[in-house]
Amino acid sequence: MNNILVADEVTKRYGPHIALNKVSLEIPKNSIYGLLGPNGAGKTTLIRIINQIIHPDQGRVFFDGEPLKPHHISMIGYLPEERGLYKGMKVGEQVLYLAQLKGLSKAEAKKRLKYWFDRFEIGDWWNKKVQELSKGMAQKIQFIVTVLHEPKLLIFDEPFSGFDPINANIIKDEILKLKDEGASIIFSTHRMESVEELCEYIALIHQSEKILDGKLSEIKKAYKKNIFEVGMQVENGNILSKELASRFEITSSEFDPIENQLDLKVQLPSSDSSELLAYLSGRANINQFIETIPSANEVFIRTVQSKDAHE
Amino acid sequence: MNKLPLIIKREYLAKVRNKSFIVMTFLSPILMVGMVLLIAFLTKLNDNEKRIISVLNESDYFSGDFLSTKSTGYVHFRNIGLQTAKDSTTNLGYYGLLHIPNEPDLEKVAERAFFYSKEAPSTSVLDNLESVFQERLRQRKLLDMGVSAQDFAVMKDLFEINISTFTGQQNLKGINELKAGIGGAFGYLIMMFIIIYGGFVMRSVIEEKTSRIIEVIISSVKPFQLMMGKIIGTSLAGITQFAIWVISAGLLLVVALAIFDIDPSTLNNGPDLTSGMGVQMSTSIASPNQAMEYAQELYKIPWAMLITFFLVYFILGYLIYSSIYAAIGAAVDNETDTQQFIFPVILPLMLAIYVGFFSVFSNPHGPIAVGFSLFPLTSPIVMLMRLPEGIGEGGVPIWQLVTSVALLIVTFIGIVWLAAKIYRIGILMYGKKPSYKELFKWLRY
Repeated sequence: MNNILVADEVTKRYGPHIALNKVSLEIPKNSIYGLLGPNGAGKTTLIRIINQIIHPDQGRVFFDGEPLKPHHISMIGYLPEERGLYKGMKVGEQVLYLAQLKGLSKAEAKKRLKYWFDRFEIGDWWNKKVQELSKGMAQKIQFIVTVLHEPKLLIFDEPFSGFDPINANIIKDEILKLKDEGASIIFSTHRMESVEELCEYIALIHQSEKILDGKLSEIKKAYKKNIFEVGMQVENGNILSKELASRFEITSSEFDPIENQLDLKVQLPSSDSSELLAYLSGRANINQFIETIPSANEVFIRTVQSKDAHE
Repeated sequence: MNKLPLIIKREYLAKVRNKSFIVMTFLSPILMVGMVLLIAFLTKLNDNEKRIISVLNESDYFSGDFLSTKSTGYVHFRNIGLQTAKDSTTNLGYYGLLHIPNEPDLEKVAERAFFYSKEAPSTSVLDNLESVFQERLRQRKLLDMGVSAQDFAVMKDLFEINISTFTGQQNLKGINELKAGIGGAFGYLIMMFIIIYGGFVMRSVIEEKTSRIIEVIISSVKPFQLMMGKIIGTSLAGITQFAIWVISAGLLLVVALAIFDIDPSTLNNGPDLTSGMGVQMSTSIASPNQAMEYAQELYKIPWAMLITFFLVYFILGYLIYSSIYAAIGAAVDNETDTQQFIFPVILPLMLAIYVGFFSVFSNPHGPIAVGFSLFPLTSPIVMLMRLPEGIGEGGVPIWQLVTSVALLIVTFIGIVWLAAKIYRIGILMYGKKPSYKELFKWLRY
């Protein structure tokens, strides 16, 4: 079994509204999986189904090869988008309570908490009430609550909202560390650029349907248009660009005569760029040569557009 | 692992550590005892004020009739004129002057008698004076008809009709009310408990929603577990509070009464605090003999049965209502939105209390009493008012009790199921306040 989680044609309706329409997913073990899509697409509904907060009307979900059952709850860590803590309760007591709800014994929870409190250097927060903490501090506590029971599957719904850049980075590093330690991670966000660098796999959810999924690098490969960005130093840029235009398809060309800098975008018929490189190498001093890779956001927009065009 | 005990423990501790809860727990008995002491003190103060009335009796009648009592003193003027008597009364600061003129016969004397006072006299004073005149006049008329003073004294017997059931069980007058009152006290306790602690459950649900912790929790436990844990934990906190109130108020009262040297029996004369029945009791119990009979009747109340059913009705009734409260809390985002939902919940409770006091007291086996003691939303209160009568012959028929409890259990399951559904959907809904129509829609999700 290479998948930690498999969703098979999961459908959820709220009255006449369809929140999820036959969504199927395969989330590989020990990967970071991005669940991307705009607000209201159905990401949170899917996550709640995985957490067994709600149940699908149709379709099945498998966890580590077994049909999803209540005992799997202790193997899942979930940081919801709508998150908070009991304001009047002390930090230590509260984390212990939430850890015990996840099935940890009190002693074990205490031991692990000590580790995490040391790691974040927040040992002196133990007896503070949550209402005395800042929002960022409370988010750290919530992160600890999510990971304390060492779940096999971690689900983060908009994990970086509410964090300042420094703390967001700390959390990002912690998440990568958890992945190295063997956890599988689901990221859900509508800000696609924020997790693109982390995710190996993505699924795009749009209007209750999955419109695309797979390995991010392969998706990008499939969506790239063989456009190369070339930047080079050349004496007479205008002549070169005219010559190039007769052999290749130039989509944009910009020459800065002061710096003698020519920037081009070249559309090639295939991903084989050797001909272009060979042609240029004698004629100019190449500063950069990059294949344009579409961002997840671009992939998303193009998928939605092509889908709309088909309908 | 069962997580319910964990949730109950947290809810219980969160409640009993709450500052306002602690303050209420310890302040209430002090306030209550303070009230009792204040009333006792005021009653005593009232008793100590003795009115003195001067009497100028120029007639040959009423010579020994105006005798000083605890609250009214009479000073008799002799051989002075009316004006002098008035002046002296004013100068001495007496309450008023009763002038009885000298006339040939009693009727004329009574007709011409006057009461002078600075302000309009209190009705109790006038009643006292008038009753003396009435008595004397009646006695005189009877004398004219040939009835002697001794015969007259014999005639004054009070009469009370004896009542009995067809099976020959003798009843004391007022005992039905007394019994219903005891049941009513239990019913009232249930109502207060539901309103106070149901509200706590509701606020606790709202708090979980507003602090946004709810989704973290229900990704670990089932919403139903959380709801039940909350209800049970809060009610345990409530029972703790009630126990502290009863014990500490009792102790405080004993201590305070000892310190301030107040005879507890004087409290019965004042407005009764402990039960609505005390007044009726103290006035209707004429002789010690009769008091014994009442005590025997009270002793005959099947206490073990009553307390058992109190617990049954209490637990089921509380669970029904508090799960409705939990559902309301889940449906809204803040407490101000709860009003429109709370009123229909409190309505049956109020109805039960009023119907109980007006209908069950006067007719414990009438159709209204029976109907409301079967209807599950009112039965916890109304049935408890009927139960001190006993079960079976002369009391509540067994079929009614069985039906009532069965209906309550069915309703309990139904309501908790419905409430859990609304709760499950509601806790994840933020934003606008739902209408009844939407709540109904949630039930089908």
